Amino acid sequence: MPLRAFLEWLGNTPWSIALLESYYVWPLLESTHVLTLGLFVGTAVMMDLRLLGMTFGSVPVSEFTRRMLPWTRGGFAVMVVTGVLLFYSSPVRYYHNVFFRIKIGLLILAGLNIWWFHGRTHRTVEAWDLDPLPPSAVRIAGGVSLFVWAFIVVSGRMIAYNWFDCDIQPQSDFINWAEGCVLPAE
Amino acid sequence: MLLPFFEWCEGTVLGQAVRQSLWAFPAIEAVHLLGLCMLGGSLLIVDLRMLGVGLTRQGIAELAGKARPWLIGSVCLMGVSGLLLFLSEAIKCYYNTSFWVKMATLPLALAFTFVVRGRLTRDDALVTSWRSRLVGSASIILWFIVAAAGRWIGFS
Repeated sequence: MPLRAFLEWLGNTPWSIALLESYYVWPLLESTHVLTLGLFVGTAVMMDLRLLGMTFGSVPVSEFTRRMLPWTRGGFAVMVVTGVLLFYSSPVRYYHNVFFRIKIGLLILAGLNIWWFHGRTHRTVEAWDLDPLPPSAVRIAGGVSLFVWAFIVVSGRMIAYNWFDCDIQPQSDFINWAEGCVLPAE
Repeated sequence: MLLPFFEWCEGTVLGQAVRQSLWAFPAIEAVHLLGLCMLGGSLLIVDLRMLGVGLTRQGIAELAGKARPWLIGSVCLMGVSGLLLFLSEAIKCYYNTSFWVKMATLPLALAFTFVVRGRLTRDDALVTSWRSRLVGSASIILWFIVAAAGRWIGFS
């Protein structure tokens, strides 16, 4: 089944409709998603600032990865669960939302940065563990993470706005293309 | 009694400018959220330490000292962006219960953070203890209420 048809089916499942129409569950999920930013992005930002050499210079980087990363991961798990449920409440709308698409792209970018950092850069941590100002490869990873997560938060917030939604036409050709809008035949 | 003041707020140049722009409110909201991330991080790194988890090899005073500029920075960022958001919809806020919950807990949380917690975490002798755990939990609970009430302003 093509993705779009699958999402249409998904959005018509009773639970999806119930979630979208719920008076308290949806706002509670959304609030949990937003408040967990403080835990997830918050602890990630502190780690990034350490990698950038901007603060916590006296804390070994390995202490951060060993003692703080579990909290970051826990926050991420909450973000994913609440995020997936929010998506499930309105799959077709989010699928065609330009900010949602930007957010997914940036999430992939953030994932690649994490994969690169922990797979390569962090392996040599013993050599720069105590450096208040880590080597440039480490600082780049921290800087990329900081910027990408900031833009993920911003694009996530913008998903709520319907300025560019497919059902509000006319939109520019670029937007219609970027969102994969299915326009009625002329 | 306060309503005329809220009406005046909504009528200010800044309030009108934010309200009349299509992009200003969402953009300022996004900045407010980025401030939330930084505030959450700079609070939690110390609060978790006081609860006896996280960076336990470092002293509480040391971590609190390093986190402090980021804490103050994020409070300022949230304050300025929050004020702009408020000015643009002051009358809505006046009739909003969540707004008043936030306004009641925010000064409490600020005073607690910068007076009680601030004084305690400057003491190099402070180690994980019932006192530090109490302060760490109170900080998390207070700020949680502020943030939750803040989010709920948009729902009610």
